[in-house]
Amino acid sequence: MIRIVKRRNPSQAWAWATPILAVLLTMIVGGFMFAALGKDPFEAIRLIFWDPLFSEQFASYSRPQLLVKAGPLILIAIGLSIGFRAGIWNIGAEGQYIMGAICGAAVGLALYPSEARWLVFPLMVLFGGIGGILWAMIPALLKTKFNTNEILVSLLLVYVAEQFLAKMAFGALRNPDGQGFPGSRNLAQWSSSSNPELIAGTGAHWGVVAAIIAVLVAFILMTRHRVGFDIKLMGVAPRAAAFSGVNPNRMVVLCLAISGGLAGLAGLFEVTGPSGQITDSFNQGYGFTAIIVAFLGRLNPIGILLAGLLMGLTFIGGELAQLMIGLPASAIQAFQGMLLFFLLALNLMSDYRIEFGQKEAA
Amino acid sequence: MDALLKIDSVTKAYPGVVANDQVDLEIKPGEIHALLGENGAGKSTLVKMMYGLVKPDSGQMIWEGASYAPADPRAARAAGIAMVFQHFSLFDALTVAENIALGMETPPKTRELSRQIKEVSETYGLPLNPDRTVGTLSAGERQRVEIIRCLLQNPRLLIMDEPTSVLTPQEVDVLFKTLRTLSEEGTAILYISHKLEEIRALCEAATILRGGKVVATCDPRKESARGMAEMMVGQTFATPKRAGETAAGDAVLAVTNLSLPRSSPFATELKDVSLTVGAGEILGIGGVAGNGQDELLSALSGEVRVRAGAVTLDGKKIGDLAPRARRAAGLCVAPEERLGHAAAPTLSLVDNAFLTADVREGLSHRGFIKWGKARDYAKRVIQEFDVRTPSEDVAAQALSGGNLQKFVMGREMMQRPKALVINQPTWGVDAAAAARIRQELMTLADDGVALVVISQDLDELREIATTFAALNGGELSETRPMWGLSMDEIGLMLGGSAGEAA
Repeated sequence: MIRIVKRRNPSQAWAWATPILAVLLTMIVGGFMFAALGKDPFEAIRLIFWDPLFSEQFASYSRPQLLVKAGPLILIAIGLSIGFRAGIWNIGAEGQYIMGAICGAAVGLALYPSEARWLVFPLMVLFGGIGGILWAMIPALLKTKFNTNEILVSLLLVYVAEQFLAKMAFGALRNPDGQGFPGSRNLAQWSSSSNPELIAGTGAHWGVVAAIIAVLVAFILMTRHRVGFDIKLMGVAPRAAAFSGVNPNRMVVLCLAISGGLAGLAGLFEVTGPSGQITDSFNQGYGFTAIIVAFLGRLNPIGILLAGLLMGLTFIGGELAQLMIGLPASAIQAFQGMLLFFLLALNLMSDYRIEFGQKEAA
Repeated sequence: MDALLKIDSVTKAYPGVVANDQVDLEIKPGEIHALLGENGAGKSTLVKMMYGLVKPDSGQMIWEGASYAPADPRAARAAGIAMVFQHFSLFDALTVAENIALGMETPPKTRELSRQIKEVSETYGLPLNPDRTVGTLSAGERQRVEIIRCLLQNPRLLIMDEPTSVLTPQEVDVLFKTLRTLSEEGTAILYISHKLEEIRALCEAATILRGGKVVATCDPRKESARGMAEMMVGQTFATPKRAGETAAGDAVLAVTNLSLPRSSPFATELKDVSLTVGAGEILGIGGVAGNGQDELLSALSGEVRVRAGAVTLDGKKIGDLAPRARRAAGLCVAPEERLGHAAAPTLSLVDNAFLTADVREGLSHRGFIKWGKARDYAKRVIQEFDVRTPSEDVAAQALSGGNLQKFVMGREMMQRPKALVINQPTWGVDAAAAARIRQELMTLADDGVALVVISQDLDELREIATTFAALNGGELSETRPMWGLSMDEIGLMLGGSAGEAA
C-alpha cells in the first residue's frame, strides 16, 4: 500500500529539487510527445534549450531575445508571487498588462509630438503602472466589498481588456497618419517615448531594468520587512494573521495593486519597445505565462528570475523549433503547460512524503 | 470475582517512543476504575487498543475469560465495550434521535428509537428530548447524547475519556449519579481523567501510568489527591501561591456595556458585557465552552473592532484600535486555539515570536525586521518557559500541544503587558507545566499586571483567581471575590439552567 504522510517540517531539499525535476520530466515526456508528432525528440529539445543561446547560426539573433521575453515575464511574475504568497489569486495579469499599455500609450500620444523625453517617457511609465493598478482594483474592491472571488473576476476582466484593446486600436488610439490601418503610432520610433535596447546586443531595455529592481525589492520585502511577513502569514494562517493584526482587506488591495501595477509596467515597456504600437493583437499571453513562472520559481524572487529566463528560453526555442522542424505552436504550449503540471504534482513532495508498505492506523 | 477485562503485559511502540510498556490492568464487573496519567503517559494508546483502534505489538487482552483481539471498533462494540470520546462527533443540524441512529449498525424506526431514548434517559436520570436539534444543546446535553448512544448497546464496559472537562458542577453531579447507577447494575466503567478530586469521589480502583508504564495501582478513596498527583508526575511539587496578599489596585482593564451580534449561526452573541480588572487582580471567567469565550476574546484582542469606549486600558479608550495598537497600549492576549490562531503552524518559532512581540519588544524598525533580536526573544521564551524543542527554527506544528502552549503563554507574558487576557492557559498541558504556568500568572499579578483568565477548569480558577465571573449564553454575571465562593455558588453563577434544561 502507498500512503501519503504529511511532513511536520516541510523539506527544504525537496523545495529546491522540485523545479529541476519538473524541468527534466517535462523534457522526457515532452520528448515523447514530439516523437509522437513524428519529430526527432532530441533535435527538438536541443532546438528549444540549446540552440537559441549557443548555436553559431541563430544565437546572434536569438540571444538578445532572451531578455526581451524574460523581462516582462519576470516583472509580472514577481508581482503575482507576492499576492500568491498571501493567498490572493490574481489570474488577470494579462488584462492589467493590456490596460497599463493602453493607459501609458494614451498619455504619451496625447503629448505627441512633444520633444521633451524627460517628461513624456517617465509620465508614460507612471501611467502604465496606474493603468494596471486601476484595472486590478476592480477585483480588489469587489472582493473586499462583496466577497466575490478574485480568481474569476480578474480572469474575466482579461477578456474585457482584450475587447477594449481592439476598440482602442481601431478607434481612439489609431494612428491619424496611418492611412486607416489599425494600430497606434509607433511609440518605439518616436524619440520621446521609445524604450530602446540599452546595451547593444543584449536585448536589455528599461523593462529588464525594472524587472531586476523588482526582484531585488521583492527579495528584501519578503525576507526583511514586516509587510512581507504579514503577506506570508496571511497565506499560511489567516486567523493567526488577523490575531497578529493583519487587516485582510487592506492586504487584498495591496497585493492586487502590486501585481496589477507591475503587470501594467510590463505592458508599457512592451508597447514602447519590442512591440512598438497598440494593436488588437498586442498582448501575447505574458500575463498567463507569468503564472507558470511564479510557481516554477517557487514564489521566491531569485527563483522567479531563473524561471523567467528558462521560460523565455522555451519561447524563443519554441519559435526556432517551429521554424526549423515545423513543430506546431500548440505543441510548444503543451510543452510549457507540462512544466507547470509536473511542478505542481512534485510540489506535493515538499510537504508530504510517500510511504510504502502496510502500516496500521494509529 | 473474575476480571471482566484483563490486560496482560501489553506493549505498543511507535517510532521513537514506547507508548505502552508491559502494561497490566484488570477491570472487574461493575467497577469504576480510574486511568490516571499525564499527557503522553500512554492512556489513550491503551484505551485505543481496548476499543480496537490500535493493535498491541505484544501481550494479550482477556475479555470475560477468552482471548480478545478486536479488529476494529465494531468488533469491540459487539463484544460489549462502548466509548464516550472527549470530543463529540455529533451533527449540529440533526436531532438527537437522528444523531443516535447514525451511529447504529441497524437503527430501529424513529418512533421506536425515540421511545428507547426516553426510556434510557429516564432510567439513568439523563433528561434529554430526542426531537431537539443538537445545535441547540449545551455541552452537557451533547455528552448525554453520546452516553445514551453507548447505553443503547447495553455495554459491559463503558470507557469515558475526560468526561467532565466540559461540564458545570451540577452537570457533573448528574453524570456521577448515572455512572453509579450503571455500576450497581454491573456495568464496569473505565474513567480517564486528571481531575483527582473527582476520581477520589467516584472511583474504587485506579491505575496510574507514567511514561508508558504502570507506576502504581491504588484505591483512590484511601489516597490524597496530592499523593496521586505525585505518583503521576513522579516528583513532588509545590502548590502555586501568591507572594503577597491581594489588594486590588486601580482599574486597569475595563469593558463597559459590550454587545456584539453573532457573526455566524452557531456563534454566540455577547450581551451587555461589563467587567473591570485592577492591577494585581486575576479575574477568572468560568463557563462551558461556546458561551461567548471566543467572542469576548476577539473583542479584547482587536480582531473584532468595537465601540471605542467599550474597552478601556488605564482609562484610555481602545475599543476601536487594531490588535497591534492595543498591544502597543499594553494589552496582550492569548487565544485558546494554539495552532492556526495563536501561532502559524508552518512558520518557525522565531516567526511566531515576531507574530505578536514585534511592537512591545521592538523587533522591527520602520517595518524592517530585526531577525537577530526576534531570534533572541524566541530563545528567551523557550528557555524561560522550558519549551522542549530541538531549536527555535522548527515549525510550530512540530511541537507537542503542551510545549506550544508554553511557548505561546511565554511569548505573551514576557512582553510585560499592563493587562493580559488568556483563554484556557493550561489546556492540554501536563500537570507540572500547568503548575508552572499558573505560578507565572500569579507572579505577573504580583508585579501589578491585570489578568483575565478564561477557563473551563474551575479548580484552576479557584486556585489562582482573586475574583470570579461566569459567562453563560453571552452574558457575564456580576464579578464576585473568589475567596469564600463555594462550588455550589459557582455552579449557580454558571447558570443552573444550562445544566437542568431538558
